[in-house]
Amino acid sequence: MNINLTLIAQLVSFAVFVWFTMKFVWPPLVKSMDERKAKIADGLAAAERGQHEQEMARERAKEYLHEAKQQAAEITAKAEKQAALIVEEAKTKAQEEGARQLAAAQAEIEQEVNRAREELRSRVAELAVAGAEKILRREIDTDAHKDIVEAVAKQI
Amino acid sequence: MVGNEITSAEYIKHHLTNLTFGNHPDHGWMLAGTAEEAKEMGFWAVHVDTVFWSIGLASLFAFYFYKAAKKASAGVPSGLQNFVEMIVEFIDESVRGSFSAKNDLVAPLALTIFAWVFLMNLMDLVPVDLIPWISSVLGIHHMKVVPSTDPNVTFAMAFGVFFLIIFYSIKMKGVGGFVGELTGMPFQTNNLLLKPFTTVINLILEGVNLIAKPISLSLRLFGNMYAGEMIFILISLMYSAGWVMGIFGGTLQLVWAIFHILVITLQAFIFMTLTIVYLDMAHAEHH
Repeated sequence: MNINLTLIAQLVSFAVFVWFTMKFVWPPLVKSMDERKAKIADGLAAAERGQHEQEMARERAKEYLHEAKQQAAEITAKAEKQAALIVEEAKTKAQEEGARQLAAAQAEIEQEVNRAREELRSRVAELAVAGAEKILRREIDTDAHKDIVEAVAKQI
Repeated sequence: MVGNEITSAEYIKHHLTNLTFGNHPDHGWMLAGTAEEAKEMGFWAVHVDTVFWSIGLASLFAFYFYKAAKKASAGVPSGLQNFVEMIVEFIDESVRGSFSAKNDLVAPLALTIFAWVFLMNLMDLVPVDLIPWISSVLGIHHMKVVPSTDPNVTFAMAFGVFFLIIFYSIKMKGVGGFVGELTGMPFQTNNLLLKPFTTVINLILEGVNLIAKPISLSLRLFGNMYAGEMIFILISLMYSAGWVMGIFGGTLQLVWAIFHILVITLQAFIFMTLTIVYLDMAHAEHH
């Protein structure tokens, strides 16, 4: 075991290398490692947040879909009701129209009947007059005997 | 590499002799030719091989770690940076685990110690004759390649740590606090007559405790590596004893080298951990 000047040389170089490590090696390495650690932590947190947001969005979408379905169902129901209403209305209208037309036709028929009766009556009067003429063989003054003819016609 | 002209003892001795440059009392500044000459140089000599390999290895560590540190970013790490960060993370965890005070020196110190001791120990796995043979071809006759088998290296590191222990003890607790720690424990008394006795006993006990730290640090590493190197040398002696012994030696060397991978890592780790623990104790207010 020769202890000699080597010891001093080693001491000095030891000090120099420790200083070098402390000055140039350790701080940048630890700093970058810490930075990376923070970055990874941030990234993980962001991912978590993103996942959470996605979950929420999905929930919201589900809600929207549900609402839309409900609305659609409502609208369909309303439309069906309205359609039924319209059909009902049309039905009543048609019935009314039919009734009205029937009434009008009946009135017309009655009018026609009346007219026919009127004509028949006047014809009958004429016929009666003609008959009476024939019977009397003589011209009856139509104007003078109008009331008599009419009275006869009315009795028919 | 063992010729018939040198004996086993000479071979071992040759392997354990440092390349020494120093002031010889008779010949002045020169490279020592033999172990005896190196011894005669006394304190004023430098183990050139030790200094060369240790500084070379530390520079290797500093170069690669500096390269990684310069390129370090918070982005995706790759290759070298990954490797460096793995080690830094490991050291950082060790320091966090056993060092409770706040000190920016301790972690880089631990990293330097771990990496340096590990690299110096790693030289043990290079076949014992390879580098000495290359250097002998180049005309250098002594070459001890494992710096941590040189007590100068381990003592230098341990003394560096020891200096920091005393520095921080005094910085954190003041001179009075440090002296009080050395003299006021473990025996405590309020009796004025007994006080000098307890003080002296405490000083002896705590002094031994304090001195034991660097001594045990350095001798543990030195002893382990020296013994390991010795076994490698002894195994390599078998290569000159016929091919049966040679094959047996080769197997032994492989087994010992694999086992030694554990030893060199463990020694580096122990040195680092104890440094952290000692410095933590220096920072702590009370034991």
